[in-house]
Amino acid sequence: MSSNIDYSIEPEVVEGQPKLNQINEAIAKPLETRPSWKYLVALGISSTMLLIGAVCLGFSFYYGIGLWGNNQPVGWAIPIVNFVFWVGIGHAGTLISAILFLFRQRWRTGISRFAEAMTIFAVITAGLFPLIHTGRPWLAGYLFPLPNQHRLWVNFTSPLIWDVFAVSTYLTVSFVFWYIGLIPDLAMLRDRTKSKIKKTIYSIFSLGWRHSNRHWHHYEMIYLILAGFATPLVLSVHTIVSFDFAVSILPGWHTTIFPPYFVAGAVFSGFAMVQNVLIVVRKIFNLEHIITLDTLEKMNKVMLATGMMVGYAYGMEFFIAWYSGNPLESFVFLNRAFGNYAWAYWIMVSCNVIFTQLFWFKKIRRNIVAMFIIGVLVNVGMWFERFVIVVTTLSRDFLPSSWDYYKPTLVDIGILLGSFGLFFTLVILFIRSLPVVSISEVKAVVKGSQPVHH
Amino acid sequence: MDNQMNTSENLYGVGALFKDPNKIVKVVEKLVELGYKHWDVHSSYPLHGIPKRMRLKWSPLGYVALILGLTGTLTGLFLTWWTMSVDYPLTIGGKPWFSFPAFVPVLFELTVLLASVGTAIVMLFIIFKFPNNQHPLHDTEYINKVSVDHFGVFIEAKDELFELEKVKSLFNDFGADEIIEIAYDRNEVTFKPKVFDVKFISFLVVIAIITSSVAYLFNNKILYLPPFDFMLKQFRLGPQESSTFFADGFGMRKPPAGTVARNQEFYPFKNKPDEAGMKLVNPLLATQENLELGRNKFNTFCSPCHGWRGEGDSRLNGQFPNPPSLHSEKVRNWTDGRIYHVIMEGQNVMPSYASQLTEKERWAVILYIRSLQRALNAKQEDIQ
Ligand code: HEC
Repeated sequence: MSSNIDYSIEPEVVEGQPKLNQINEAIAKPLETRPSWKYLVALGISSTMLLIGAVCLGFSFYYGIGLWGNNQPVGWAIPIVNFVFWVGIGHAGTLISAILFLFRQRWRTGISRFAEAMTIFAVITAGLFPLIHTGRPWLAGYLFPLPNQHRLWVNFTSPLIWDVFAVSTYLTVSFVFWYIGLIPDLAMLRDRTKSKIKKTIYSIFSLGWRHSNRHWHHYEMIYLILAGFATPLVLSVHTIVSFDFAVSILPGWHTTIFPPYFVAGAVFSGFAMVQNVLIVVRKIFNLEHIITLDTLEKMNKVMLATGMMVGYAYGMEFFIAWYSGNPLESFVFLNRAFGNYAWAYWIMVSCNVIFTQLFWFKKIRRNIVAMFIIGVLVNVGMWFERFVIVVTTLSRDFLPSSWDYYKPTLVDIGILLGSFGLFFTLVILFIRSLPVVSISEVKAVVKGSQPVHH
Repeated sequence: MDNQMNTSENLYGVGALFKDPNKIVKVVEKLVELGYKHWDVHSSYPLHGIPKRMRLKWSPLGYVALILGLTGTLTGLFLTWWTMSVDYPLTIGGKPWFSFPAFVPVLFELTVLLASVGTAIVMLFIIFKFPNNQHPLHDTEYINKVSVDHFGVFIEAKDELFELEKVKSLFNDFGADEIIEIAYDRNEVTFKPKVFDVKFISFLVVIAIITSSVAYLFNNKILYLPPFDFMLKQFRLGPQESSTFFADGFGMRKPPAGTVARNQEFYPFKNKPDEAGMKLVNPLLATQENLELGRNKFNTFCSPCHGWRGEGDSRLNGQFPNPPSLHSEKVRNWTDGRIYHVIMEGQNVMPSYASQLTEKERWAVILYIRSLQRALNAKQEDIQ
């Protein structure tokens, strides 16, 4: 390697130096062409999954939650597993759009819009699960501190209420962040479209944006502010989700490592999901020059790093279980690795820690098929991580006489399937209704698009 | 653009389009130097360093966010403190009512929520005065080109230094690719945002109707349909209901012989109706509240046999001997204490209702019977 490389010059974010108008064309194209049969097939599959989930939910609400596998003592089962899983998926989006923005990582521009949208969809999906889990979702209004006829308030010292606040704030702020980002692009679409209906819709939602630099001036400020708020917010959300467990006194849950461990895990699985979906999207819509292989490689590196953090946490939990000398704690961890649910534990370890090590090899990091498969495995692994945490601890609690083995029922599986259906349906609809890449951000980083100041 | 009135008094301003962002920098510097006030640079993405060269004031949004964020924190603090330690104090886990560390997550979330949503609202609706789709720049060739790959500089006609020819030649000097005059079009001139617009008002009315009918349906109908009615269906027996559990089929149970339930006093006039009639006095006054209670209990416990108005028109369809009317001379002349005795002891086939009613309720029922009697056999003075 030659020693006179100038590290202050960043590699180009967008390949092939497209003209500004070509960027408009490329990104607006999916919105203006008729859907291909591939798109319709994808939409069909995902909405079928959604329908299955909806039917299973309908049954659970009508006949009651006895249709699920939940038993005594495993009262928190698949709904909570799914909740934590989906909130985690959302975290990658904010990390990409806010944290990488603060760190001035320009490679994020191609994927930030998409990642943010995925955040919103994942949090919507996640938010359904605590409601589903209560069994009577129509009483969910009582989760908010609203004056009611019982003159009762929520318990603000409970992590479950913190969760309500964290997740709803997260959803709102992500939405605002996303929408603010969309305004200039919507204005661009408005100026471009010939159809009257589209024009009206874009006009309404772009609020009359007119590309003024007097506005950009404030706009850049608010983007910075929102990124600044979203960053601690995203960390707080999974921290608070982990408090649901960590603030309890059950062995296996009551640990201080949970908040950072959960956040790392969330970013890990979220990146895997974003990577998977982006691979499909760039292929279908020919956006390979904007969502570049370099970007995907960088995402794989993030996955490698966070995967190792998660692996470290697994090891550390075992160490502390032994080092603390707490017999209950050591029992729980031995039980995880060698007990009834050992199968789930080893799925988790192999998917999350072992397979991701393949990303050390540049060849694999840059091979679309390989990274896609590893991404899927990571998500499987991360789902099982939550399963292991929730179910193993509960099924073997303090009192051996009340131990029981938890098995999900078909309805449980149907609801899980439905959650994927909901998420992917939203993603697929999004792809054709809004620009999946931020046009204004990409333009701003294309070579030659900025004035040179002397 | 055909409805534009291209006369000079309707001129909104002149814009120049450039393909090269570097030219913009020079124009901006020149305009600042000449002292123009009402002008702007348009580009479809933020141009680095242009706001600074335009001498724009530092954006106040940071302070806005700070103030709104602190408001969020304080709101959260007040909410948690007031609900948890003033309005409904509950001791949880032996912690003080005001356990600040446990409130921190909520305070934090509210801070972030208010700061980000509020700042966005302030920027869009107060600083930018959005939504504004009536701006003269919309739907012009100028903005359509800016939004693709041109950069525009625009000077408004209302600027004091504005002179059409001068501005045009200035732009030409800097090598503008295109110079466009933009006039107000008719509806932009006549457009005035109105709050009391017919359309807007009817929109509000429609929204109001929809919301209230949904709320009505939900609260009064839907919540009483299965599965939402689970609270209404409970495994307990109401008064007068039969039971398959007990051999005699009665849902209402008598206390075992020789026992007195808690809060039930010993009855000293057992088998002494006349003495009860003389010695017992109704302690209640005929207030609205007591009569309400009496009516309620009478309807529940007495009316199945005695009829809604005590006329002896039983609803039991002959399954039980019809009781006499409570409006007979006899009962009207009885003292309250004598009726009380019937409730306590029953009379012939009528069972005792002592265990179903508390003392106060018995007297209230009697007050109600009195008012029924009075209503059906009103005295002369009542009519007046
Ligand atoms: C199960 C049906 C039934 C219920 C319920 C009932 N009664 Fe009676 N009641 C009778 C019958 C039958 C008689 C007539 C008894 C007799 O033959 O002397 C009677 C008689 C009376 C009498 C005496 C009337 C008279 O002319 O001798 C009074 C007063 C009376 N009931 C009050 C009440 C009150 C007050 C209640 C509610 C707490 C009540 N009853 C509930 C069946 C009932």
